Amino acid sequence: MKKWIPTILTAVMAVWFFSSLYQPAESGFHTREFGRLPVLMDGRFQPFDSVARDSLLQIRAKQTLSIAESNQTVSATEWLLGVMMKPEQAEAQRIFRIDNGEVLAMLKLPEAQKYYSLNELRPSLDEIQKQAERIDGIDGPKRSVFENQLMKLYAALSLYQRLELSVKPPDTDDLAADLAEYQQSMTAGIAAVSARAAGQKYDQVAFVKFMGFLSGFQTVAEYALPNIIPPADPPGGQDAWENMGTNLMQAAPTGQISIPALDYAAMVSAWRAGRPADFNQAVAHYRIWLADHFPSQARKAAQEFLFSTMEPFYKAMVIYVLALVLALCSWVNLSEWLRRSAFYLIALAWVIHTFGLVFRMYLEGRPPVTNLYSSAIFIGWGAVILGMILEKIYRDGIGCVVAGFAGFVTLIIAHNLALSGDTMEMMRAVLDTNFWLATHVVTVTLGYASTFVAGFLAIIYILRGLLTTSLDEQTGKSLSRMVYGIVCFATLFSFTGTVLGGIWADQSWGRFWGWDPKENGALLIVLWNAAILHARWGGLVRERGLMIMAVMGNIVTSWSWFGVNMLGIGLHSYGFTEAAFRWLLIFVASQITIILLALAPRELWRSFRKKPAAG
Amino acid sequence: MLKALFNLFSSLKLTVACLVLGCVLVFWGTLAQVHLGLYKAQNEFFRSFLIFWQPAGGGLEIPVFPGGYLLGTVLLINLLAAHLRFYQPGKRKIGIMLIHLGIVLLLVGQMLTDALSQESALHLRIGQTKNFSEAQRDYELAITDTTDRNAEKVVAIPAGLLVRDGQAPDGMLPFGVRVKAFYANSDLAGKPESGLQPVPQTAGLGNNFYWRELPRETAMDRVDMPSAIIEITTPRDAPSDYLVSAFLSQPQEFSINGRSYEMALRPARYYMPFSLKLLEFHHDNYPGTDIPRNFSSRVRVQNPQTQEDREVLIYMNNPLRYSGLTFYQASYDPDDGGSVLQVVRNPGWLTPYFSCLLVGAGLIVQFLQHLIPFLKRRLAQ
Repeated sequence: MKKWIPTILTAVMAVWFFSSLYQPAESGFHTREFGRLPVLMDGRFQPFDSVARDSLLQIRAKQTLSIAESNQTVSATEWLLGVMMKPEQAEAQRIFRIDNGEVLAMLKLPEAQKYYSLNELRPSLDEIQKQAERIDGIDGPKRSVFENQLMKLYAALSLYQRLELSVKPPDTDDLAADLAEYQQSMTAGIAAVSARAAGQKYDQVAFVKFMGFLSGFQTVAEYALPNIIPPADPPGGQDAWENMGTNLMQAAPTGQISIPALDYAAMVSAWRAGRPADFNQAVAHYRIWLADHFPSQARKAAQEFLFSTMEPFYKAMVIYVLALVLALCSWVNLSEWLRRSAFYLIALAWVIHTFGLVFRMYLEGRPPVTNLYSSAIFIGWGAVILGMILEKIYRDGIGCVVAGFAGFVTLIIAHNLALSGDTMEMMRAVLDTNFWLATHVVTVTLGYASTFVAGFLAIIYILRGLLTTSLDEQTGKSLSRMVYGIVCFATLFSFTGTVLGGIWADQSWGRFWGWDPKENGALLIVLWNAAILHARWGGLVRERGLMIMAVMGNIVTSWSWFGVNMLGIGLHSYGFTEAAFRWLLIFVASQITIILLALAPRELWRSFRKKPAAG
Repeated sequence: MLKALFNLFSSLKLTVACLVLGCVLVFWGTLAQVHLGLYKAQNEFFRSFLIFWQPAGGGLEIPVFPGGYLLGTVLLINLLAAHLRFYQPGKRKIGIMLIHLGIVLLLVGQMLTDALSQESALHLRIGQTKNFSEAQRDYELAITDTTDRNAEKVVAIPAGLLVRDGQAPDGMLPFGVRVKAFYANSDLAGKPESGLQPVPQTAGLGNNFYWRELPRETAMDRVDMPSAIIEITTPRDAPSDYLVSAFLSQPQEFSINGRSYEMALRPARYYMPFSLKLLEFHHDNYPGTDIPRNFSSRVRVQNPQTQEDREVLIYMNNPLRYSGLTFYQASYDPDDGGSVLQVVRNPGWLTPYFSCLLVGAGLIVQFLQHLIPFLKRRLAQ
């Protein structure tokens, strides 16, 4: 029986992963169908679903909305539909996450609540605006915690208000009926406008009515966030999508409202009146039109929607944790089936991880690492490979623990990094080169991954040696060989990656090396790894010294991965997050503690205290 | 004694010490950039032999840490000495040899680059032709004899020499040039603002100006704006003063002995034996955003010496390399009517490429030599 457990466990988890592909048919409003519709935002085509998820992440730090009163969970798309189409109702939803006590005190809001609605914030909007205008003049790194948090809230509010105005003008109820009237008023309206401009007599009623429509659309044109309406003549420019307001304003001279605008208007009216059948029909009608006119954008949006629904990174993370637990258990009772289960699960999680990575690359049309978020995913991916190789060679569970831990932690980090918004954002012009992204960035990132793996192996050595009696001479030797080998690997990758980075810099702005913080961070890893290797070759350190230096490598790598971004200077900086800074400090402190522990005299190491039994 | 010294310089202990000190230096130098700015921190920490610490209030400078040049040099000596000492013929060490050869090349190349390379900027409006580029941080006091517009003669004095009361060397100009006041970084305005002092009365442009001295700029994206008062003396006439400043776009004009001159404090110029003309500039954004996707400049290279006359396209990650100079697309004017090219002269630019190849090959050889026997042993078990 035990023989089959690993296989069965893996099969169960695989089924769990694929289960997300099966979605029961929607009753009521087909919000998932709506979520698949393509829009142009932040310079790329994406489904409404992604707009909704990213916005909700920025506002609420979650991808879904749970409503306490009805104990219901609402999907991001459903939330967005409410915001765009029935804002007066959505404004009562408690979605703005505010953690900072000082901000709450300024807004005179109770601390216990965590989430606040726009209605609750409304009395303070002027004050927030005033503060934000003041803080805007302060350089990023010089802002206080309060100021940063306030700016975050301000950004969330602006985002929310722009989303509210993305489809319908304020105070419009039945948009479909309004558009029909607008269509009828066009001829008379335009005649009145031109007569008035020429100083002739004009039809005042027609003029006021027409201008009334236009001023509503003007508001939408100014504030709408996603460009949801495709251009009228596709060969002219597939990319020239417009927002709803602009499109409606431009309909007047042609006398014809575009089909997409009419469909969206029908959706608004149906959503507001609570008529699912009409809503679904409008969505379906628009989807058919899209399939004819903009098949590639529709396909891309649908693929991204599928990617988001499958959540490969989240699922891989769960499986990594499970594998980590099993592998740790296998150390305790040395049972082979536990170790094998862990290994199988890691292999499965890695396959899902790879699937996610490749899918993302396909969606973006880019090499795997384009920003901090994807670097976390890739570091994890590389570290898991190294862990699996170690496990294959040594078969002692250590590789599994390394792989499980690395996969789990890096995906957690990635998840938290994703809170800052769209993870597939466009790249700045200087970075827009797949060749260097594929070579320099990938090798440097693999260098990070392997340095972390060496450091983690060293932690295993130190903790097992100090706290347990399980670190026998054999295990010690193989751990030491593993660390040495991986440090060699890390040196190879980080050196090559750093020099390639210099060559890229030489190609794009004329200098090989500029002592930019990110460059220095990479150099630091190279120097440190070289120091470890030379210290070992020179006999300056033995097993324990090697381990201590490798743990130090964790600090160096975390500094160069995250720390340098927090300096807020230089060409490479991605932006500062306080939470990340706190975590970095915690991590560094933990590593220093481990180093100090490792410096404890040999008599205090439980594994070294008793002489190994003869034979 | 010599033997002991050789042993010290060829020891692995020294290598490790240098590498660890290097780590500390890089870390410290990076942190220092927050306060000093990238440019100054780079000069103090990396392009120096020693890092000095100045106790508050004291004029004393105490060396506290080795700088980048010192560590680099010691590491280089150490590397060469160690290879002399431990050299073994045969295949086993070939990987190590290659790696270290590459590192030597990299270190030497970078030191050469530091000493020989020169960066400047070339700002061209569409349709404009220039045969010089301008320094981004260094200024010069340029005095031009404009009597014959077709054969202008320029004497340029680097701003670094313009210390107060400094005199231009004799013989270069038919009159004396003396610096009465020089602010390496300054603020200059046409109306009294808080903190500004009136500029002393001068001849030419420059009356009713207000100025003050500012501390030297440390931020990456801002540069010093120097200003000075220059006294022109001739044996015959009374001396006259002129205000020159990076803020003044027009030169000061004056005439002496029937010859007319122009004087300006301007970014130092580097002349090229050929000229570049900006024909077109393009700049695209990602659809529906203001994020630039790419920018490119179409320029015409005209070289009277070689009769060369051709068009080239310079864009991101695709520079023009021509007669020892490299032109990179760096920036552009907000109205899209002009382009800024970064101009770099770096005779050592190829060294990192070779060094990367050498080290990469060496590392691969070295690791394969260890990995293959190890895997064979493992598989045999």
